[in-house]
Amino acid sequence: MSDFNQNRSIYIQSFFVLIALAIVVRLFMLQVVGSGGYQLQAKNQAVKRKITMPARGIMYDRNGKILLNNSIYYDITVQPEKVKESFDTLGFCKVMNIVPEDFKKTIHALVMRNGWSRTSVLYKNLSPKSIARLQEGIDGFNGIGLIERAQRSFPYKAGANFVGYLNEVNKEMLQKEKYAAYRRGDITGITGLEKSYEKELRGQPGVQYLLQDVRQRIVGSYKNGDLDSAAVPGQALNLYLDADLQKLTEQMMANKLGSAIAIEPSTGGILAFASGPSFDPSLLSGNDRSKNFSKLLKDATKPLFNRSIMAQYNPGSTFKPITALVALDAGVITSSYGYGCRGGYYQCGRRIGCTHSGGGHASNLANAIANSCNAYFCHVFRLSIDSPSNKNVRAGVKRWNKYMSDFGLGHPIGIDIPSERGGYIPDLKYFDRTYNKNWNSCNMSILGMGQGEVELTPLQMANAMCIIANRGHYYIPHFVRAIGKDSTHPKLAKYLDKKVVAKISDANFWSVIAGMEAVVDRGTARVARIPGIKVCGKTGTVENARRINGKRVKLRNHSMFVAFAPMDNPTIAVAVCVENSGYGSQWAAPIASLMIERYLTDTISRRRKGLLNKMKNSKVIPKITYLIDSIEKKAARERWNKELRRRDSVKRAKRRIDSINNRQSNHWLLDPYYFKQYEMLDPKNKKGEYA
Amino acid sequence: MSTLSPKSYLQRIDGILILLYLCLVLIGFLSIYAVEHTGQSVGFFQPGKSYMRQLIFLGIGLLVSVVILFTDSKMFPNLAYISYAIGILLLLVVVVAGREVNGSKSFLVVGPIQIQPAEMVKFFTALALSKFLSSLETDFNNIKHRLVAIAFAIVPLVIIIAQRETGLALVYLSFLLAMYREGLPNTIIVLGFSGIALTIATLAMPKDVLFVVLTVIAVGALIVLRKNLKRKKSILVIILAAWAVGVIFSQVLVPFAFTKVLKTYQVQRIYTMIGQQVPVEYSNGKDMTVQSAAEYNVSQSKIAIASGGIVGKGFLNGAQTKYNWVPEQRTDFIFCSVAEQFGFIGSTLLVILYLLFLFRIMYIAERQRSKFSRVFAYCLAGIIFFHILVNLGMTIGLAPVIGIPLPLISYGGTSLLTFTIMIFVLVRLDADRNMILR
Ligand SMILES: [Zn+2]
Repeated sequence: MSDFNQNRSIYIQSFFVLIALAIVVRLFMLQVVGSGGYQLQAKNQAVKRKITMPARGIMYDRNGKILLNNSIYYDITVQPEKVKESFDTLGFCKVMNIVPEDFKKTIHALVMRNGWSRTSVLYKNLSPKSIARLQEGIDGFNGIGLIERAQRSFPYKAGANFVGYLNEVNKEMLQKEKYAAYRRGDITGITGLEKSYEKELRGQPGVQYLLQDVRQRIVGSYKNGDLDSAAVPGQALNLYLDADLQKLTEQMMANKLGSAIAIEPSTGGILAFASGPSFDPSLLSGNDRSKNFSKLLKDATKPLFNRSIMAQYNPGSTFKPITALVALDAGVITSSYGYGCRGGYYQCGRRIGCTHSGGGHASNLANAIANSCNAYFCHVFRLSIDSPSNKNVRAGVKRWNKYMSDFGLGHPIGIDIPSERGGYIPDLKYFDRTYNKNWNSCNMSILGMGQGEVELTPLQMANAMCIIANRGHYYIPHFVRAIGKDSTHPKLAKYLDKKVVAKISDANFWSVIAGMEAVVDRGTARVARIPGIKVCGKTGTVENARRINGKRVKLRNHSMFVAFAPMDNPTIAVAVCVENSGYGSQWAAPIASLMIERYLTDTISRRRKGLLNKMKNSKVIPKITYLIDSIEKKAARERWNKELRRRDSVKRAKRRIDSINNRQSNHWLLDPYYFKQYEMLDPKNKKGEYA
Repeated sequence: MSTLSPKSYLQRIDGILILLYLCLVLIGFLSIYAVEHTGQSVGFFQPGKSYMRQLIFLGIGLLVSVVILFTDSKMFPNLAYISYAIGILLLLVVVVAGREVNGSKSFLVVGPIQIQPAEMVKFFTALALSKFLSSLETDFNNIKHRLVAIAFAIVPLVIIIAQRETGLALVYLSFLLAMYREGLPNTIIVLGFSGIALTIATLAMPKDVLFVVLTVIAVGALIVLRKNLKRKKSILVIILAAWAVGVIFSQVLVPFAFTKVLKTYQVQRIYTMIGQQVPVEYSNGKDMTVQSAAEYNVSQSKIAIASGGIVGKGFLNGAQTKYNWVPEQRTDFIFCSVAEQFGFIGSTLLVILYLLFLFRIMYIAERQRSKFSRVFAYCLAGIIFFHILVNLGMTIGLAPVIGIPLPLISYGGTSLLTFTIMIFVLVRLDADRNMILR
């Protein structure tokens, strides 16, 4: 049957092909070219990136005792509106071991505060044990939830001053390259070892790519998990620290201002490291950490000020062994050198007092050290500066500066926690400026007895003891013996490097050591004697003054003591400083001696228990501390307000918000105030008499 | 034409068409399976799952097909009018007594069975139209007969619109394809399609954009036909008139009607029918700017398709479709499942497969001695083509959202059954292609 319209079949077919082509072109645009950005949207909505934070590394002491741990805590949350209807109140109270009336009251209070629908925290900080029963039956309690939190815990409640604390990374940090791998809300070490070994402790966060359905339910892994990376747990730090010694030291420093440090001379490993007043480190790891932080910050005794590495003191008589070593090495004296002190040093036209006047108290080096003769060391110091082997006095000072630098003084030594300060050693520039280029060794003679412009941190004092104990070398003091099991980790390399000091001969060291032994045996620090152990030490009683309301006010002496033991094969070197407390033999020497005894004998002999209790229980904080603090706080606040007024109001508002967010860097209490206190008073005012 | 074929009945059955049919049904079944597959190793035979129900419907369909293959081919022209009458009656019953599902009233519930007569009536309309066009009394050059033919399609269309199933109703426009093949003048087709296109475009496109599009088309037509213009000035007049009509309709009449004549809710209903959102200028200040479900569906559909890339994510790995990102993905948006899992290559192959299927039907149509069979084949081709055009157009964001299934692939028993029956009726008719049926 023929048909006139048969050619229309062709048209229809062409039409079909055309439409099919249009569809294919459109598919090409969508699927191959990727126009419209739909491909990206697909990934964004269906693939969820889940970050798993690994457990942070913990810390062990030298005996494998856990100093710092991670604890899991739970918060119980509640959504009151769900508890309203058909909630098994009795059952819940029974599981939680609480009184139903109390529970209802708590819920009521939460509703008043947050409303019915908001999820609020019902109970905080519960241990895994106490919620074990609830966890089993949690599904039965509609509206009740559990939030798991990891928190740093301190089994010894010790180590606050060097372990440091954690906080969320702040905005400023996130802009730095160092924190490129961090996201908002991540936790990082803010101070101490937590900061120094952040990378090792943190580990590597794991990333999981998960598929989610339209209701955000996780339905499986993306690309079979090929892109996922497992979380690598943080590494543990093995410390040199002796946790029991640390605990004891902190107890003794709890009610005092100052510092106590013990170092193992053969390694530079820190055995104990306390700053007074010490505080419970867990204050800065719990829920109330910001509340506690500002409380500690406002405390007049400044517990957050790490005196061990940040406070700088005149070393006083504890400096005398170093003066002796310099003089011996320069060849200006021998160990038998004596000085006829009659109760003072008069050679520079003014009196520098000496507490002793008896004949022969400085008849040789050992006696001079044992009796801490001021005249002897002023004289000996001048001898080394004016030594004929130096071309002139300038060369003498230069040479002395070199010795000081070798002893680790005048610059930060390089301990493995941040914020270490370097102390102060006056140099040519200083003398030229202060004495208008018209000066000689008389102007600086008191440096020899550790007074004047010389300032040391307690860490430097302890390190100087290591040098003497080792008879001429030291290792940079440090906490970490091994990262994980790796004791040769690149990060620890600089602590394995032996630092030789000025090539002073063994014989010269022995001369000084003999003197220091005499200090404890028959000299100023007999209180530090330990039966059966030869302790070498040196006391210091450091005069100091503060400027209060423009007036120079003389304060009680700083009590200082440096020591090492046993004499022949030293395994511990100690430096203790107790501010404004009295003679060196009064506080510092007993504390140091008890530390040595505890470390070397693992106990405190019954005979010395009374001394220990006295050291633990005495509160040695002068009242003037609080007065000074209130005056300085006022001044700091005024400075701060002035600074704020300088800025326009918009910036001020921003700054306020920032200062709340970043307490570490932007608080008026910090910066000028915290660190100024220990800076030198004008040295010109220090040229008074020294007893 | 040739004399009676010596081949046996079975040999006269068109294997290629059945093979293409089975391919498409298999793709459909696997797509539905992939959407529901959750990755857990549960057994394959899950009674509650859609793919199992689809399998059951396929079974029923094939059973019916076997029955069809053993019927007398003369039965279909004989039953054409009566079945059409029953179909129209059923449609009317649904309007009165149907069950309302998702805002439309197109289902008839008899005991446990739910049927949607609008699907089946396509078949009856195809039979009736074929019967009418093939009858000796019909003269398709006669305007009256043309109107009758068009009425066969328009009557169910109007009733189904009353059921608020615009998508299913518009399918009846596809009968114009068969009529075109049988000699319906070009002008009517062109005018008809232009009218429909203009209406949809007016509703679906921004006014200004449409103005530009109309102008571009007019200028384009003038350029293409510039040689003819010199000989026949009337072409210029026609083009300009068509342009003017389009502009007046879309820029003046519709806005006027929507703002001054119709109530806001009526305007909204019109837009809902084509799955579009009411434009701001017609909303009379009421906030109707929330993303409509349709808009969300299409954007999710495009996301799923785009995420397939060139080669796709592989079978059963379609995260977008598997995890319910795309709504209605077993039914209207089943193409997303294919496109996501098999990418551009897979989707293109599916389009080609459909094209081959349509070509085979048209090839079969053209070899019929009987006009009845030919018209029926074209009706089938038209229906299938319209479904593909609208469904794919919708999923790739080229056509408005009109909920109609993708033939043989989308989940849905009635749809699968209807297409299966129609295809096997064609196979049955084709087996007797040398007979004259009236
Ligand atoms: Zn003296």
